[in-house]
Amino acid sequence: MKRLTYLLRRLQWALLSILFVITLNFFLFRVLPGDPARAGIRDPRLTAQAQQAIRERFGLDKPVINCFETLNPLKLGKCGVNPLETQFFIYVGNLLRGELGTSYHTNRPVSSMLGEALLNTVLLVGAAQVFSIVFGIILGLVAAWKSHTAVDFTALTASLVAWSLPTFWLGIVLLFAGSTWLGLPVVGKLTPGMAYPHWGAKAADLGRHLILPTLTFTIVVLGEYMLVMRSTVLDVLSEDYILTAKAKGLSTFQILKDHALRNALLPMVTIVALNLGFTVAGAIQIETVFSWPGLGLAIFDAVGRRDYPMLQGAFLLIAVSVITANLIADLLYSYLDPRIQAGQS
Amino acid sequence: MKPVTGQKTLLSVRHLSVGYESEGKLLPAVEDVHFDLREGEVLGLVGESGCGKTTLMLSLLRLLPVAGRITRGEVRFGGQDLLDLSETEMSQVRWRDIAMIFQGAMNALNPVLPVEQQISEAIRRHDASVSAAQATRRVEELLEMVGITANRKDQYPFQFSGGMRQRVMIAMALACRPQVLIADEPTTALDVMIQAQILELLLELRERLGLAVILVTHDLGVVAEICDTVLVMYGGMTAEYSDVDRVYNHAVHPYTQNLLKAFPDLSQPNARLISIPGYPPRLDALPSGCRFSPRCPAAFERCHQETPGLYTVEEGHTARCFLVEGKV
Ligand SMILES: Nc1ncnc2c1ncn2[C@@H]1O[C@H](COP(=O)(O)OP(=O)(O)O)[C@@H](O)[C@H]1O
Ligand SMILES: [Mg+2]
Repeated sequence: MKRLTYLLRRLQWALLSILFVITLNFFLFRVLPGDPARAGIRDPRLTAQAQQAIRERFGLDKPVINCFETLNPLKLGKCGVNPLETQFFIYVGNLLRGELGTSYHTNRPVSSMLGEALLNTVLLVGAAQVFSIVFGIILGLVAAWKSHTAVDFTALTASLVAWSLPTFWLGIVLLFAGSTWLGLPVVGKLTPGMAYPHWGAKAADLGRHLILPTLTFTIVVLGEYMLVMRSTVLDVLSEDYILTAKAKGLSTFQILKDHALRNALLPMVTIVALNLGFTVAGAIQIETVFSWPGLGLAIFDAVGRRDYPMLQGAFLLIAVSVITANLIADLLYSYLDPRIQAGQS
Repeated sequence: MKPVTGQKTLLSVRHLSVGYESEGKLLPAVEDVHFDLREGEVLGLVGESGCGKTTLMLSLLRLLPVAGRITRGEVRFGGQDLLDLSETEMSQVRWRDIAMIFQGAMNALNPVLPVEQQISEAIRRHDASVSAAQATRRVEELLEMVGITANRKDQYPFQFSGGMRQRVMIAMALACRPQVLIADEPTTALDVMIQAQILELLLELRERLGLAVILVTHDLGVVAEICDTVLVMYGGMTAEYSDVDRVYNHAVHPYTQNLLKAFPDLSQPNARLISIPGYPPRLDALPSGCRFSPRCPAAFERCHQETPGLYTVEEGHTARCFLVEGKV
């Protein structure tokens, strides 16, 4: 019961945050230098008529927001217009229908472009995160248990190095090494122009394309997870209840699995969740190096093309992922820590 | 009204010395300690904070922190020296033969596991033939035995008060029917009323189960009331060791005498130990000679130069003090 209220409160916060982000995201792109109309219409040879037509097409002829005379002493926005006719309300209305506008560059709906990109990113990030979470936790646990031995020293050094390697540099090195010595494909998601006899062959091709970017990403994140896990486990191992567990005669494996792991996972959950939310965007470097058609590459390209609707959509998507990841972390946390279930902190 | 203790010696500690490694040096936290524990005996271990009580107890179970080293001695139990056992053999002795309640037991229970799991894992670790259902029944019995209703077994440690948590800890310590129970300041963090209840419970269970107990405490009143023998430690060494009557009425070591003077009213078990002027020695700056000599009212020339041996006052009464030397 208390747990339910806890969950509802978290959900409420998440929704509020999303509303806030939507508003901020809308105005951010109207406040930034270079108004969205200009950005879309860069060709000076366009006639005024053509420009106006484009403005109308993207809805940029409408007032940004109405002024709400009584509520707004500064009289910002345009007064005397129907609020439903302003860009803001149209934007929100479209959002509710799942529409994020049309890309200036491709003229395709932003939502479907982002959808494809997100799927590719999730494929890459998902695989890499699963590997680094599993190996990071195991390595951290072992290093902490064997702290100050050669095992620990090796794992620690390797993780520090992995953590401090510049992502794009590691990507390029692996790209050269992988393509030269292993003959792995280096660009994109599928071999261009290839005909596949059945879906299995296509999946295999996709898998081969995934290897290098996933490896790069795994190495980069693994180091961080291992280091965090190691220090958390070290803290946990110095707790009194670990001494109790040893005194009970439990085996090393039992102590690590039943007593250390569960408690050490609590801080890990938070870090992984935060990371997950941000890596949706944080894959930019890797996606650029490997031309992986994910969200990062889409953002990178959109910035270059001043494709505001695309950027706006991508920012919203990232914000929503971060908020969702946090919500999931809260839920997991409440599952792992009984003190939260009972409404204590 | 002390229960008659059996004659068989369960645990016999000889020349036990323990050090902590620190900056390449070995700090002598416990040195040359001897004691015996017979069946059903309650041994009181007293001394100021930092005199090595916890270190001594942890070394019996070989649970010292990583910096700790047992440098010398024997811990004989059941015909073998526990210090010679392999780690696996030692882990079988833990809890099944010798269980321990820790100082600061507030955090001795895992916060994210229900108490049943924490008790039953000990039972099943030491007897693989016990089924999950049998273990649950045993946990219920144990909880009832320490005055907790069995249906609280699914609760988590934070749902129990301090005193209740210590009861859970006691139930857990008795889970494998050990022969020896070490209780390291089991009541320190509790308020006075609860302290008395917990001690009473410990005593009652001890009598019922015929346990031998080592009770580490600051409280000389408690010792006088419930212990059969007393080991007084100072600066990691035995100051005086004997049965409780002789320690209280014929103490020979100036440190023991001072402890008792600072604690005159034995009918008031709740009064606290008042410390003697001066400070206990630091392990990295030990005085030469007897470790108590800088604070000792009876110290003479020799005390500052030589470390006294452990002298026998009379059968079953030893003290580490030159005043005793040659009295036998
Ligand atoms: N992990 C450790 N590393 C170094 N020194 C320690 C450690 N634990 C305890 N000591 C030292 O050993 C001495 C005895 O400590 P302890 O056994 O806890 O005493 P008591 O239980 O009587 O209060 C103290 O001087 C303490 O500072
Ligand atoms: Mg202590």
